[in-house]
Amino acid sequence: MREITFRDAIREALLEEMERQPAMIIIGEDILPGGGTFGIHQGFGERFAGRMFDAPISEAAIIGTALGAALTGGPAVAEIMYSDFLTVCMDEIVNQAAKIRYMTGGQARVPLVIRTPCGMTKGIAAQHSQSLEAWFAHVPGLRVVMPSTPADAKGLLKFALRGEDPVIFLEHKLLYGTKGPVSEDADLLLPFGCAAVVKAGTDITLVATGLMVSRALEASLHLEQAGISVEIIDPRTVSPIDWETIFTSVDKTGRALIVNEATLICSVASEIAATIGEKRFNSLDGPVRRIGSAFVPKPSTPGLEKLAYPSSDEIVRTAMQMMPRKRAT
Amino acid sequence: MSEKDFTPDKMLSFWRGMTRIRLFEQAATYQSSIGKIYGALHSCEGQESCAVGVCSALQKGDYAASTHRGHGHTLAMGARMDRMMAELFGRVDGYCRGKGGSLHIADLGVGMLGANGIVGAGYAIAAGAALNAKVTQNGRVAVVFFGDGAITRGTFHEVMNMASLWKLPLLLVCENNEYAQYMHWSDTMVFDNIAGLAGNYHMPGVQLDGNDIKAVHSSVSLAAARARCGEGPTLIELKTQRFNGHSSGDPQVYRTKTTVEELRRSRDPISRLETELVSAGLLANRDALMAEIEAEVAQAVLFAESSPYPADDELSRDVYAESR
Repeated sequence: MREITFRDAIREALLEEMERQPAMIIIGEDILPGGGTFGIHQGFGERFAGRMFDAPISEAAIIGTALGAALTGGPAVAEIMYSDFLTVCMDEIVNQAAKIRYMTGGQARVPLVIRTPCGMTKGIAAQHSQSLEAWFAHVPGLRVVMPSTPADAKGLLKFALRGEDPVIFLEHKLLYGTKGPVSEDADLLLPFGCAAVVKAGTDITLVATGLMVSRALEASLHLEQAGISVEIIDPRTVSPIDWETIFTSVDKTGRALIVNEATLICSVASEIAATIGEKRFNSLDGPVRRIGSAFVPKPSTPGLEKLAYPSSDEIVRTAMQMMPRKRAT
Repeated sequence: MSEKDFTPDKMLSFWRGMTRIRLFEQAATYQSSIGKIYGALHSCEGQESCAVGVCSALQKGDYAASTHRGHGHTLAMGARMDRMMAELFGRVDGYCRGKGGSLHIADLGVGMLGANGIVGAGYAIAAGAALNAKVTQNGRVAVVFFGDGAITRGTFHEVMNMASLWKLPLLLVCENNEYAQYMHWSDTMVFDNIAGLAGNYHMPGVQLDGNDIKAVHSSVSLAAARARCGEGPTLIELKTQRFNGHSSGDPQVYRTKTTVEELRRSRDPISRLETELVSAGLLANRDALMAEIEAEVAQAVLFAESSPYPADDELSRDVYAESR
């Protein structure tokens, strides 16, 4: 199968759905010059004239307008340049888009997809680097998607664009340049709530989201060398979460380590850990552990920045601690 | 529009539309006072000519986004009174199956995109409906209603700019009743001419006596025609007044009873229209017309009371598309 980048997978999903759905529009800041800040809309300006809206720096109006367009037509895609900027349009997302179907007793359909780059990248500091998925996973009515591979990104985005619920689609900045096999099937849809077993194993379950899937894979190489068989689960969507796949894995391994890039307090990792504890206590051979970013705003300087984020080393260390001590014979 | 466009039928339909809203609000206020309506109400009594003047100038398929004071807009857009009352009563036959209540009442079927609990949230939603109209070239326009209190939201600035930039078929209708909940505009705003803000956004701004329903209707018709031709948005400021407090729980400490009584006496848009209708000999059968509306309201209350509360399984329905 051909290999394409995460960026091109997202671009293809948007392009194919723009071709397929004539009422679909895209709104965002700087989405046309050079294809946008992350180059997603390369060539869209000419191809979809009249359906691409390069917006002023008005995030609340961008989301609200996309919502209004979605309610009356759609699908509407709103690109928010950095996920940190979602905080300036929280009313439109949390009070309006998330709730309008429920508040209207099911009259409203909301084919709205909010795409936004999230997470760490070099020296970008505290206001351009956050992982805010838990904020949105907390809100009934929203879907929250965190792809970790090009194929997942394309399948999940196409599924989002054919749905009728508001979706927060979180694209990790450090994944844009990564490559992977992606089918050329134009109807390749990946439904929400289907976790991926990224790697099968028997001794410990690592549940990791977004960029942390690659960190978990790195860690697993070291752990396997030490004789520890690692299973890695990528939930792919954090609202909804595929509990069955996680539980099945924990039933098998008896150990769960949850890794997310967000700070841990009230995080998705915390939610997963709590739910495993609640529902699978009897399967566990030890406490569920969590790894996340330090509870600090992200510093810009490289040394401190490195300390702030979870690393594969930390995953290895924690996983080792979780394994039973070998008895002296 | 000229005087001859205001045919007797049209004038009577204005009166009927405004009186339906007035009696609906009075009934809702009463039902709330005797505990039949569970949540808060924001009565638009006194502002009826704004809702009717604006919505009567729209066409089928056009959209309106409303405010917390949305009953008048909903009725004027063509929603049914009985299903509205059922919604206020929290019953399953309400427009929102009882789950929205007064604050979120909506009838998407008539283009009424919803009342809203967040002041200043309607601008962008209506702008989005207008954007869809522009993209699909369906010839529709969208109206956003908002109060003077919503002018100080940042979303006003964001949408005024965006709507003008993209020449959206959007009508921004400010119902200026002078109070942002309990605060008089002069305590919260430095500008005394809301319509005058339009110039800076390169769109027409019109300030009108909101009680003059013919002026409201004409002005909105003109702005809608302009919007349909691709010439962009218009800001329309309607000077109006609310006869009741901000909500059903407002003791109105910020104005005297005498002030309110004086408003009801001298600034009642329905009385004003009635005077005109009577002098034109158009309201000879007022009693019969009134009785018709009173019967509709009474029937709406009966409908609401006889509709059941939603079943328990309704709690988790309609959170997502699949949870119907």
